[in-house]
Amino acid sequence: MERSTLQAINAARAARRAAVVVTDLSDGASQVFLEGASFPRKWDSLIVDALRSGRAGIAAVEGRSLFINVHLPPPRIVAIGAVHISQALAELAAVAGFDMTIIDPRTAFATAERFGAVELLAEWPEDILPSRPLDRYTAVAALTHDPKIDDYPIRAALEAGCFYVGALGSRKTHAARIERLGHAGMPAEAIGRIKAPIGLDIGAASPSEIAVAVLAEIIESLRRRDPGGQAGGTR
Amino acid sequence: MSKEPNILDPLEVAETWSSDGRKVALATVIETWGSAPRPIGSHLVIDEEGNFQGSVSGGCVEGAVIAEAMEIIDSGTPKVLEFGVADETAWRVGLSCGGRIRVYVERIDG
Repeated sequence: MERSTLQAINAARAARRAAVVVTDLSDGASQVFLEGASFPRKWDSLIVDALRSGRAGIAAVEGRSLFINVHLPPPRIVAIGAVHISQALAELAAVAGFDMTIIDPRTAFATAERFGAVELLAEWPEDILPSRPLDRYTAVAALTHDPKIDDYPIRAALEAGCFYVGALGSRKTHAARIERLGHAGMPAEAIGRIKAPIGLDIGAASPSEIAVAVLAEIIESLRRRDPGGQAGGTR
Repeated sequence: MSKEPNILDPLEVAETWSSDGRKVALATVIETWGSAPRPIGSHLVIDEEGNFQGSVSGGCVEGAVIAEAMEIIDSGTPKVLEFGVADETAWRVGLSCGGRIRVYVERIDG
């Protein structure tokens, strides 16, 4: 493999862009293909399938033995709200192997003392997300209860095809949210993807228990995703 | 000098070592049968002094892969290695878990 090929793979991974590497095992030639690009016709279905399934493997094309490797971005959780649930979720996410970022413009909540080492951004979501875009390997959990903070990232998450979009709040709160998002022009089908009330229904009561329910729901969305649709990486 | 790589990430390590002028080989699990400790696509990176990061098994065959990698670093010719159960193969090492794996080893040129 050329060093430039290796650099292209690592650059794609750093940019959270899915990449497929095709290696011809008979002569050692390897090429990198990035998600969203166009692919050589003879390899097109192989590369598209690999990007969808996330599965690497051997394939034979035109009498040549190929190894197809897939590099999907690692799954990541973006929590909106530096709240009590997020404190527990940050600890659980690390154990389960997710990267995690917390965004909350309220500087009283977003303090290092409350969150330790987890990435914490004391910014409005609409200010910070354009420079740190969401993607389909990201789960977004909106946890502030405050439409001024939560609504924008929920819309952005649905538009980016995030594999999970959950929002805290009662059924009544969510009914009002559905109405607001509908008025803002969000299609009903997209709004229907929001998991609300958030978290698997395990009767969670305390903030830590709700964090367990939310993480379990995120894992369910990642592992039981439609193989032809949303994808997430593995570690 | 380049930045410190994440040592748990063999591809980052491979790029850093190669950019630092070290001779580097990359081993990749390309096929598995039965119970295999590391999934297809897993990487092990090796330099010309036998330093390594990553894994292609649970530690069962890394020694043999590293030895082969030293030759491939010299020759530049990639090779597919196959490992089976310890006593059923021509290799001096094998997988105690009963699985079989094929590992592709190539030199990073640059």
